[in-house]
Amino acid sequence: MEALDRVVKPKTKRAKRFLEKREPKLTENTKNAILIKGGNANLTVTETLKDIVICSEKALCCTVQKKNITRPFEDQTSLEFFSKKSDCSLFLFGSHNKKRPNNLIIGRMFDYHVLDMIELGIEKFVSLKDIKNSKCPEGTKPMLIFAGDTFDLNEEYRRLKSLLIDFFRGPTVPTIRLAGLEYVLHFTAMDGKIYMRSYKVLLKKSRCKIPRIELEEMGPSLDLVMRRTHLASEDLYKLSLKQPKALKPKKKKNISHDVFGTSYGRIHMQKQDLSKLQTRKMKGLKKRPAAKMTEEDEGISPKKLKSV
Amino acid sequence: MAALCVEELLARAEQRAAEPHPSVAVEKELELEFDLGNLLALDRNVPPSMPRAAGAQRESRLRSLARDNTQLLVAQLWGLPAERAEGATGPLVAQLPEPSYRLPREKPLPRPRPPTRWEQFARLKGIRRRKRTSLVWDEAAKQWRRRWGYERAGGDPARDWLIEVPAGADPNEDQFAKRLREKREKVARNEFNRLRNIARGALPGRGLHPTGHQSRAELGRATQVARVSTASLGRFQPRLPKEPPAPPPRGGKKRHFEPLLGDLAAERSRQLELLRGLGSKKPPLDLTRAVNKQLREEDAQAAADKGKKRGQRGKRGRQRPGGGKGKKGGARRQQQRRPAGRKRS
Repeated sequence: MEALDRVVKPKTKRAKRFLEKREPKLTENTKNAILIKGGNANLTVTETLKDIVICSEKALCCTVQKKNITRPFEDQTSLEFFSKKSDCSLFLFGSHNKKRPNNLIIGRMFDYHVLDMIELGIEKFVSLKDIKNSKCPEGTKPMLIFAGDTFDLNEEYRRLKSLLIDFFRGPTVPTIRLAGLEYVLHFTAMDGKIYMRSYKVLLKKSRCKIPRIELEEMGPSLDLVMRRTHLASEDLYKLSLKQPKALKPKKKKNISHDVFGTSYGRIHMQKQDLSKLQTRKMKGLKKRPAAKMTEEDEGISPKKLKSV
Repeated sequence: MAALCVEELLARAEQRAAEPHPSVAVEKELELEFDLGNLLALDRNVPPSMPRAAGAQRESRLRSLARDNTQLLVAQLWGLPAERAEGATGPLVAQLPEPSYRLPREKPLPRPRPPTRWEQFARLKGIRRRKRTSLVWDEAAKQWRRRWGYERAGGDPARDWLIEVPAGADPNEDQFAKRLREKREKVARNEFNRLRNIARGALPGRGLHPTGHQSRAELGRATQVARVSTASLGRFQPRLPKEPPAPPPRGGKKRHFEPLLGDLAAERSRQLELLRGLGSKKPPLDLTRAVNKQLREEDAQAAADKGKKRGQRGKRGRQRPGGGKGKKGGARRQQQRRPAGRKRS
């Protein structure tokens, strides 16, 4: 429902803009993430959450200051409430207890209801502060690399990959400065664990135009273990993947390309009468009527005779 | 001296050229999948498993794997069409393609709202919206004033200390109160129409009010939709004990399908009847219908005459259906009246 079609219409322009930002659109806004701390969030978990804020852009994350004693896997209403209030479709919930130490739940929403939720356990965490290196500027769009065949074979890993891409992707940009590709997030699925490493990219000279890459460890590194999952059903997931038809690129008809790169266009014309075609006129070739010709001859000849 | 320096420089340059530059080639079993719109690379190769590797060794192995993958991704990115932004000295900027990896949306697709009654009418008549000027010439103030709002063109309505009583109106009526009442009615009607347009836009199942203040018709429609949606392979939800039984399938005469091998005699007689009707030259006439039609006409005529006689007493002539001219009835009037013998009550 558009802002003007609600039962209670917005009274100010600001309210109208606020509602228009939140309503469903053809091209959507960049997804925001909300970071929530659970009942017993220890230092590791809080540090992780803080570091992830720095990794992804700060403007796209909101943190909830107070601790919330909720269990996302049992009751999702409080998460949905947070999402609705802050218009965030991604969330990170960190908690800690004896049964599940250093727990991190990463999830996303569709229409303010939980779509997917995956619980990860943090086995090892090295924060930004612990690695004494120069860091790249905040808010750089990271390059994402997923290594490991498990990310394709296992259904849960596939969803996790999609979730992580959604999370760390950042805003979609049409152009990018090639020298500004400084940040890489590398996820490896190996031996039942997921290793997340962040590196700073150094571009070195090489023989050809493409620079040689050297990596320098920077930023948070996490060793994660997959625990519980709550994945959306197939049809709900398919519904959420649906893209509007209006965004599909329009095919240009009657244009074809050949092997050499020449592009050919086709024009469709009606049938033309070629005898009535307009061409350049040459006065000397003009057709004279036959009667006129004979008259002239007769006219001319007596004169000639006379003169002679 | 100068010649020696030059030789030295040349020697150094040769040395540098001979030095092997680091290569950018990377060997991989399977090609990586790239989504350059998202700056994404997917490596399907099985990573070298290191179950018992110590921390540092594992880190270095992970780092080399990351380096290789990043090298391939950067090679792809450098292959994109690039140009120099902001003139010849600006940074080199590459055009990224559209992201191809499908990620779920955060909200469902926007539904186009159905046109309102006015919009439908305007589309039918071909009425298009005319752009209004923002300022209007005010004759009294001899300047361009805005159409509405502060210092509007028609003068401030609140400062009207005089309203002329129109020609046909009651002199004792309060014109100010009348104007106020009419404005309130207009606002209320507008609001009502707006809400009705919104309600019309909502689908039958989705437009349900959470606290249940719903009209009977809307609830009926919602239950109908629910009954059809929950059906599967011909099995419908059982009806509640006090619910009225299912209405017969809609369609009347034309969509009523008889079973294939039902009553053969009835079918035969029906087909023959049809043939007889087609074969005969005279049009078929339903006697009863014609007679009833004629009688109705006569009743209507009598009632109209009675009504005219009554006139100002306020009793309007009873409106009877079928007041049209019946040609058939008129022709057979004298003949058919006796035999039909409708009971007059």
